[in-house]
Amino acid sequence: MEVVMPQMGESIFEGTITKWLKKPGDKIDRDEPLFEISTDKVDAEIPSPAAGVLKEVKVSEGQTVPVQTVVAVIDADGAAAQAAPPAQAPAKPQAAPQAAAPSPQPKHEAPRPAAVPPSPVAAAPRPAPVAASSEKIRSSPLVRRMARENNIDLAQVPGTGTGGRVSKKDILQAIEGGGAAHAPSEAPSAPIPFRSPATPPPPASGGAASVTLETAVPREKLYFGQYEVQPMSVMRQRIAEHMVLSKRTSPHVYSVDEVDVTAIAALRAKTKEKFEQAAGTKLTFMPFFVRAAVEGLRAYPTVNASVDGTNVVLHKECNIGIAVALDWGLIVPVVKNSEEKNFLGIARSINDLAERARAKKLKPEEVAESTFSITNPGVFGGLFGLPVINQPNVAILGVGAIEKRPVVIDDAIAIRSMVYLTLSYDHRIVDGATAHQFMGKVKHTLEHWSEAIL
Amino acid sequence: MPAITMLEGIRQAMFEEMERDPAVVALGEDIGVYGGAFKVTEGLLARFGPERVIDTPISETAIVGAACGMSYLGLRPVAEMQFIDFIACCFNQVTNFVAKSHYRWGAPVPMVLRGPSGGGVHGGPFHSANPEMYFVHTPGLKVVYPSTVYDAKGLLKSAIRDNNPVLFFEHKFLYRRVKEEIPAGDFTVPIGKAAVRREGKDLTILSYAAMAHTALEAAEQLAKEGIDAEVIDLRTLLPLDRQTILASLKKTNKLLVVHEDTRTGGIAGEIAALVCEGAFEDLDGPIMRVTAPDTPVPYSPPLEERFLPNAEKVAAAARELAKY
Repeated sequence: MEVVMPQMGESIFEGTITKWLKKPGDKIDRDEPLFEISTDKVDAEIPSPAAGVLKEVKVSEGQTVPVQTVVAVIDADGAAAQAAPPAQAPAKPQAAPQAAAPSPQPKHEAPRPAAVPPSPVAAAPRPAPVAASSEKIRSSPLVRRMARENNIDLAQVPGTGTGGRVSKKDILQAIEGGGAAHAPSEAPSAPIPFRSPATPPPPASGGAASVTLETAVPREKLYFGQYEVQPMSVMRQRIAEHMVLSKRTSPHVYSVDEVDVTAIAALRAKTKEKFEQAAGTKLTFMPFFVRAAVEGLRAYPTVNASVDGTNVVLHKECNIGIAVALDWGLIVPVVKNSEEKNFLGIARSINDLAERARAKKLKPEEVAESTFSITNPGVFGGLFGLPVINQPNVAILGVGAIEKRPVVIDDAIAIRSMVYLTLSYDHRIVDGATAHQFMGKVKHTLEHWSEAIL
Repeated sequence: MPAITMLEGIRQAMFEEMERDPAVVALGEDIGVYGGAFKVTEGLLARFGPERVIDTPISETAIVGAACGMSYLGLRPVAEMQFIDFIACCFNQVTNFVAKSHYRWGAPVPMVLRGPSGGGVHGGPFHSANPEMYFVHTPGLKVVYPSTVYDAKGLLKSAIRDNNPVLFFEHKFLYRRVKEEIPAGDFTVPIGKAAVRREGKDLTILSYAAMAHTALEAAEQLAKEGIDAEVIDLRTLLPLDRQTILASLKKTNKLLVVHEDTRTGGIAGEIAALVCEGAFEDLDGPIMRVTAPDTPVPYSPPLEERFLPNAEKVAAAARELAKY
């Protein structure tokens, strides 16, 4: 059975394989993650279309291929015959180098090994089926012992530890009959070390970059002393391109406002536990800011727009992009139709999207069609940030760190929870007056919070 | 009873043991008239007189040699190193004579060698050492390194009454920083017994001395994040409390060892081996360690701060381990 590069969205025509999660010869179940890809829009884990043994990997890590290209072959019946695959390998030596064939023409129908291998496997008194299938599974001494004692096939236990490892928690769940979600496995690309060569290394191929990322000085001047060169991931390249394009396209203007969120902080502190119990989702500050931004966007629709030449496209939906920091980059999933959602709906959407962003489980349509974006440098301690506009939006709201500060109220000094909000906006269509009115609305909504959150 | 410092707890232990047993004598540099560099022995001379509270020349070899000889003759000397760093000067006396006498000649050496240890007080490379592992590697000795006032007092009393030579490390960062109300009257803390300072189920953090406090601080932080760490204070490094370590590991299945001593050859390595031998099939993650790097203790305060483990570093390692 052939595995092809899936089409991950309408406008996506190619994908880069960032990591193989299985090696040839590994047993795989249907829907078990087989490889990771990176496309223009999202990173994703691709599940196996069938159960069997991974027979061949045709596209190596780092390679970009068009959608529908065959990237691997799975021997669907091979599971039983796993023990002796080489014996049945195609007798004919591979003729002409078949690699690099752009058309996904199936070169050879996976030659099925005879269902029953000649060796007396059936008769051999193997200790337990567990052992054979568990060899390649990442676990720990404890997990292997527990699997043995409870007669559990580790291959059937989804791992949620680092790198998909089956942890104690996972096997306890399996013993109790529960299932565990798949966890993302990080795919750090190995750095390429260089030790002060006399000449700079050849220029990076750029992978699938559609905008050439320029260097500000001649390349020779970048290489001195001790250094190592790390290729950018596809996601990193996309971010870099996007940032350069945005700065080039939109004349950015920035404004900063200070907002008193004491009441919201108190409300959150008071309701947090109850909210999380009742709603089953975390109560963070983010939905407050999203709600307030929606109020602002409804009052000042120019901020919820895009620019098409000399036309301004005013969006009727408030689709709020939420910047989510990942260990390997950044992604902006979109809370669609925020204007139709109540507080709980927004909170749920944000948490769900953020969680799936980290698990590489976003669909391409979930990172598209934003009309406005919010980023939150405050979670990393930033007092405030001046973000770059997420195209094709015309504005982005930055949320700084929420801290207690002395504030003058009626000539008295009070301790209040304060936050700096920043707005980066596209001066082509948004003027200072509008931007500040918009921010005034956001500020007012936050400071006079009246919506029930449960 | 009012809360007292660790320094005071140690002083009380010396005082009470000297009251209790006339064989107990104290000797060291400036411990008599001056009352000790840290005032641990203040008041001893006035109470017990110069025959039992002896100011010595500046020679660590002489101090330990004399104490060793006294103990052959039935005394129970408590010798002080003004800073434990200088124990290196009497390495031969400690490892060849004090540690081996009983084995070689059937001559027990019931002495205590104590001194201020550890960093965090900007003492620089000659006044901040943690040399415990040289002696943990020396059969014939016992090595104790307490973290609380109660333990410091109780363990020093046990050390003085022990018929084996005991090295008693006192963390000088804790001398005046930890205060505790302790019970009046005589009590001891057994040597060779670790203490569970905080019960937890997700991972075990093993530590001792000042780092036991750091580990607890990290555990409180971790608790807020939903990671339930068990914190164990070893208290005695030789002999190690194998039973408590393995029991905790069997419960949490993950182990992080934290010590202020430098990394290579630190007790974390020994504990890792012990756990692999005794509980390999209970491990659900790599045995991790947070330690000082392999350098002398820097003098510059910012460098020293970077050098020493702290709650943040411990919590970061624990998070990684919990997630593993």
